[in-house]
Amino acid sequence: MSITVRYFASVRESLGRGEDRIAAAGVATVADVWRRAAATPLPPRLLAAINQQHAGLDATVHDGDEVAFFPPVTGG
Amino acid sequence: MIRVSEQPLDPWREIVVHQDAHPELAGRYGATAVFVGTMRNLNEGVAVEAMTLEHYPAMTGRELERICDEAMRRWDLFDALVVHRVGPLQPDDPIVLVAVWSAHRDAAFAACRHLIDELKTRAPFWKKERTSGGERWLEPGKK
Repeated sequence: MSITVRYFASVRESLGRGEDRIAAAGVATVADVWRRAAATPLPPRLLAAINQQHAGLDATVHDGDEVAFFPPVTGG
Repeated sequence: MIRVSEQPLDPWREIVVHQDAHPELAGRYGATAVFVGTMRNLNEGVAVEAMTLEHYPAMTGRELERICDEAMRRWDLFDALVVHRVGPLQPDDPIVLVAVWSAHRDAAFAACRHLIDELKTRAPFWKKERTSGGERWLEPGKK
């Protein structure tokens, strides 16, 4: 199994890709996912979701999860 | 009810269609509060030519449902409707409709205000606008 990582808006553009897939071994939190997948320093005000629900950077990640990273939302 | 639309949005027609589709509510509600968000042609003093609204399709619908469910639990409402545009937009295009039906105005106004405020801080939409100087992602802005 693995963790699917998705990027949106300015985060997607700055990384130059919309998705990554990483091994779950050794990944405990959302911040760990960012470090392994994006391999860049955590951007300020980065938001995240686990399985389409907002999550903090210290939230626990499990094998098979979809973790998304994005900037503050600007809808409406 | 919530909906994300890639097609142009006519908020006033959405309200009529929704009410026609729910005849069981006719005669029961005494208050309808409506918020319509529309694309402006000026932002921070710069003329805006066009905009693209990106979203996280797998999450958007679920988050809007959660926001509506919370409002339905918190206030005494008959119904709530949220419709949001995605994709390419032009100035003067409606972006979002929030409509709330209740017996009296206090609940309708409060819930409508709450729904749009929660949508703007939680729903995964991102605006990218095009000006004569190029493209830029928007920052969360004024209320």
